[in-house]
Amino acid sequence: MIIALVVIIIFFGFVTGGRLIWPRNISMLVRQNAYVLILAIGMMLCILTGGNVDLSVGSLVALVSAMSGLMSATLGLPSWLAIIISIITGLLAGLWQGFWIAYVRVPPFITTLAGMLVFRGLNNIILNGKTLPLSGLYVTIGTGSVPDIAPNTVPDFLHIGDLLQLQNKPEYLNVTMLIVGLALSVAYVLFLFLNRKSKKMRGYEVASLRSVIAKAVSFFIVINVFAYWLAMDEGLPIMLILLAVLYVAYTFITTKTIPGRHLYAMGGNIKAAELSGVNTRKMMFLVYSNMGLLAGVAGVVTAGRLMAASPNVGVNFELDAIGACFIGGASAYGGVGTIWGAVVGAFIMGVMNNGMSIIGLNVFLQSVAKGLVVLLAVAFDMYSKSKSRLG
Amino acid sequence: MSEYILSMQNITKEFPGVIALDNVTFQVKKGEIHALVGENGAGKSTLMNVLSGIYPYGSYTGSVFYKGGECRFRNIRDSEAAGIAIIHQELALSPFMTIAENIFLGNERARNGIINWDETNREAVRLMKKVGLNEKHTTLVKNIGVGKQQLVEIAKALSKNCELLILDEPTAALNDEDSNHLLDLLQTLNKEHGMTCILISHKLHEVIKIADSITVLRDGRTIETLDNTVRVSENRIIKGMVGRELTDRFPKHTPRIGETCFEIRNWVVHDPIDEDRVVIDNVSMYFRKGEIVGLAGLMGAGRTELAMSVFGRSYGRKISGTLIKDGKEITLNNVGQAIANGIAYVTEDRKTAGLIHIQDIKQNITLANLKAIAKGPVINEDEEIIVGKDYRERFNIKSSGVFQKVGNLSGGNQQKVVLSKWIFANPDVLILDEPTRGIDVGAKYEIYKIILQLADAGKCIIMISSELPEILGITDRLYIINEGRVVGEMMTSEASQEDIMSTIIKSSAGRQGGHI
Repeated sequence: MIIALVVIIIFFGFVTGGRLIWPRNISMLVRQNAYVLILAIGMMLCILTGGNVDLSVGSLVALVSAMSGLMSATLGLPSWLAIIISIITGLLAGLWQGFWIAYVRVPPFITTLAGMLVFRGLNNIILNGKTLPLSGLYVTIGTGSVPDIAPNTVPDFLHIGDLLQLQNKPEYLNVTMLIVGLALSVAYVLFLFLNRKSKKMRGYEVASLRSVIAKAVSFFIVINVFAYWLAMDEGLPIMLILLAVLYVAYTFITTKTIPGRHLYAMGGNIKAAELSGVNTRKMMFLVYSNMGLLAGVAGVVTAGRLMAASPNVGVNFELDAIGACFIGGASAYGGVGTIWGAVVGAFIMGVMNNGMSIIGLNVFLQSVAKGLVVLLAVAFDMYSKSKSRLG
Repeated sequence: MSEYILSMQNITKEFPGVIALDNVTFQVKKGEIHALVGENGAGKSTLMNVLSGIYPYGSYTGSVFYKGGECRFRNIRDSEAAGIAIIHQELALSPFMTIAENIFLGNERARNGIINWDETNREAVRLMKKVGLNEKHTTLVKNIGVGKQQLVEIAKALSKNCELLILDEPTAALNDEDSNHLLDLLQTLNKEHGMTCILISHKLHEVIKIADSITVLRDGRTIETLDNTVRVSENRIIKGMVGRELTDRFPKHTPRIGETCFEIRNWVVHDPIDEDRVVIDNVSMYFRKGEIVGLAGLMGAGRTELAMSVFGRSYGRKISGTLIKDGKEITLNNVGQAIANGIAYVTEDRKTAGLIHIQDIKQNITLANLKAIAKGPVINEDEEIIVGKDYRERFNIKSSGVFQKVGNLSGGNQQKVVLSKWIFANPDVLILDEPTRGIDVGAKYEIYKIILQLADAGKCIIMISSELPEILGITDRLYIINEGRVVGEMMTSEASQEDIMSTIIKSSAGRQGGHI
């Protein structure tokens, strides 16, 4: 799937005349598509349980954004408090849906379909058609970056600005971003080697030294290039920190913990999982509650980026998230799919959205294109999987 | 060659990483019942899949000659059109449709796409009579037992005017009565209607009873074809299958039995769908450490229901009774509690309820006891690899490594993975439900050895089995279950097949014994 992403980036890179990979655009890409990523992470967990989805997330994002407007603009609460309450709203919605799905056994499709209608309705009740402005912490999270600790010191030493023939060539790079990028890449490389060494000492199996070096080198390059790029624009987006934290946390949970293992077992064969002691009801409840929580975060982030609570926000968000997951390799039967896949899928959709906007493609044509890409990407995935299966 | 209705020559079929058939030659005479035997993974089903077109022409090398002409089947329809029908081990019936509809599924009595129901029903009734299926043609398939479903499959095959009928493990899931009925039917079709049959089966006594010739496959190669006009012995066949003499089917064992470990008292369970129907009727049993206790009975007697209801109430409603472990009463309201109390249950059906096919060997083995390889909620994957390797070696699980997905393993090896899972959960009481069903002779022996090792380690083993020789060969003591009640208890050393069967029959009080 990562190959597909690279191909799509190259394709749109050409079609847009290079504008796709301008630092300003990349920076905007990250911010604009953060919501897809956040929702896709939660959606992937739902799909893993057995092909179940959450159709209500778009409406939930709208509801959370409306709550933000209510708390912050109307009631005048401080932003940080409004944010917390709004996220909790998302969590409560998730708990509500989780209860019906896990303990009353209403199929997830129906429960979240109902949620889709209910939450959108509540959103409209709260906002009554008005758009409320948001400020302060909301805006910082949605659009802000970590300030430059040493502005106007490091110039564009690789002269990327000239290379790309940028319109507004940046004179200086954002030092914070450069330092963070460097620090992260060095830390990761160190981690790879130290981890291998300690495993070896304890007698466990380790990957070959050559493959570890290859991994270290490629990650070092990728992280620093990305950091350089963002450093040419506004530096480290707050959003990116949030995304990174979510990615690391959820990848860890799904791949290295017992609940994560139980989730995959349940999706692989629910009967066998139950008879092996997995509490599948609890798992469904947790997964849908979590989706609500992440929808809450996505709602806050979206409201912040728009700097307003709008009654029309969140339309088709669930489809973006579901599309991202399936492009990223999720199986409609459950038990297959990774957080990394969701990230790649989200970026594929994001690059497509972005690329098509840059070239000014008709919005409806964009819709057609997106739909076809989702269909073909998954078909290709199924085809390549069937080739490797026996007979 | 003209006496051969089927001649498969030099068939080679490969999959990524494994040669399933290696230059196999297989010839069947017209009008004979020809048995195909071999260990799991020997290639029997693969060979039949080549013949029936499931593996199309071009996906294998070699030639298939049927009635003198070479066959190039692209799919199963081609082989059916030629008069070859295959009945798989997993029945291909639609449970919510009627018997008549199922018989003509894919082969409808229709003109221009419109089904002629009169003709369908009339033909269905005729075929059902031919196979001895005593039901209404409007009965839904889900409401008849496995034995009768098997007959529906045969009726389906007959409706396709087949001359060569292939049956893959037809009696694997049937009790003795239904098995005998089926075998009689095959002989009738063969003798009176000239139907040539290919029979794949692990039940060697059945094979010996009705087959005219027996071909043995091992590791994808033809070993030999035996002429069964003078009945060969089971040992002779086993020797060909396994490549060595198996003097004893069951390992030798001296039981070391300790004190009572687990007791079930006054256990009553009602049907989950029909709450008033009693499925388990006041059952009381006790089990001791180091003891292997068999639960004998016919299919449908309620043994699986008993085991599942005890194992964390995984089956049944309105359950009452007492469970006592090591002298203390325990309540097991869910599977988690059962595992925590040291009870393990190895399911009857490993494919649907025992394994996660898309996960690998080590992940399946650790699933019931992830705590043991985790610190808090975090799994130690390195430890997991070690555990996987340990069991793989200990139980000789044939695979390319602990990272192999279990869906790709043969039946016997899959069962070893399931057993490993429950052994890793470190239980005190291990309930085994048909632990060697559908497994070849060689692998069965290995599993018996594992079971005996567990008993020696002081575990309490409860073994549900429909194979009386197995119960008589491995257990120390046995209970006989019929219609949800304990109708007998014997020391295995003093019991015989006849004793057990007569106890069951006598306890049935006028009704036909225990099959659904």
